[in-house]
Amino acid sequence: MKNKPVNQMRLEIESKSINEGFARYAVSAFAAQLDPTIEELADLRCAVSEAVTNAIIHGYRGTSGTVYITAKYYEDRTVKIKVADKGVGIEDIKQAMQPLFTTDPSGERGGMGFAVMQSFTDKLAVRSKPGKGTTVTMTKKFAPRD
Amino acid sequence: MLTADIKIEYDAQSQTLTLIITGEIDHHSVGRLREQADRELAVRRPKELVIDVSGVTFMDSSGLGFILGRYGKAEPLGATTTVKGASPLIHRILRLSGADTFVKVLK
Repeated sequence: MKNKPVNQMRLEIESKSINEGFARYAVSAFAAQLDPTIEELADLRCAVSEAVTNAIIHGYRGTSGTVYITAKYYEDRTVKIKVADKGVGIEDIKQAMQPLFTTDPSGERGGMGFAVMQSFTDKLAVRSKPGKGTTVTMTKKFAPRD
Repeated sequence: MLTADIKIEYDAQSQTLTLIITGEIDHHSVGRLREQADRELAVRRPKELVIDVSGVTFMDSSGLGFILGRYGKAEPLGATTTVKGASPLIHRILRLSGADTFVKVLK
């Protein structure tokens, strides 16, 4: 399916909530190089926002750390985005990905982060090791442009 | 700037509390929105809660949590919750969680 990416970028941000907006803008600005539709870009921005927020809230639990974001796109207009943290990791990935499941004690998180990521991208892969960190990889293929 | 802002209006006649949100609702901005909204909800104890999102330029599941949380505060007061001005993206997120089965969602 994919060979070498046409273009790629790497971003490292501090795990501060104020960086969530910056991260989604940076990724969507990069993906905009493919001239996607507004809806496609909005979907991607939303998915990235969820992944970055998860890294900050759950991965690092509000402590300081680095969120590593890489974005690549390919000839066939596929965009691949990786959001990684070196935080606490996920004990049970299947459980974590269940809609409405949340480990947030405040009762204010919807537990829909993964569901949104899954719905707004074509493919979602989650790798995690408790105590080591989590990597979320999202793939989205933009429709062809004339 | 880009981050979410909230304007609160109360109509004493209809006992409707309207939360007008503009900008981007994400994890970073939602706490502030929640504080102000809950303060008004506690004081006004309205019959109807309207969350106007027509000026919201971005929302992820933090916004969903905000809407569900406010519904959670309005419901025990006997108030109905309506989301007004939902864009297709916001509509989709609400539908994903099933929130649109107990919160009225209007375009």
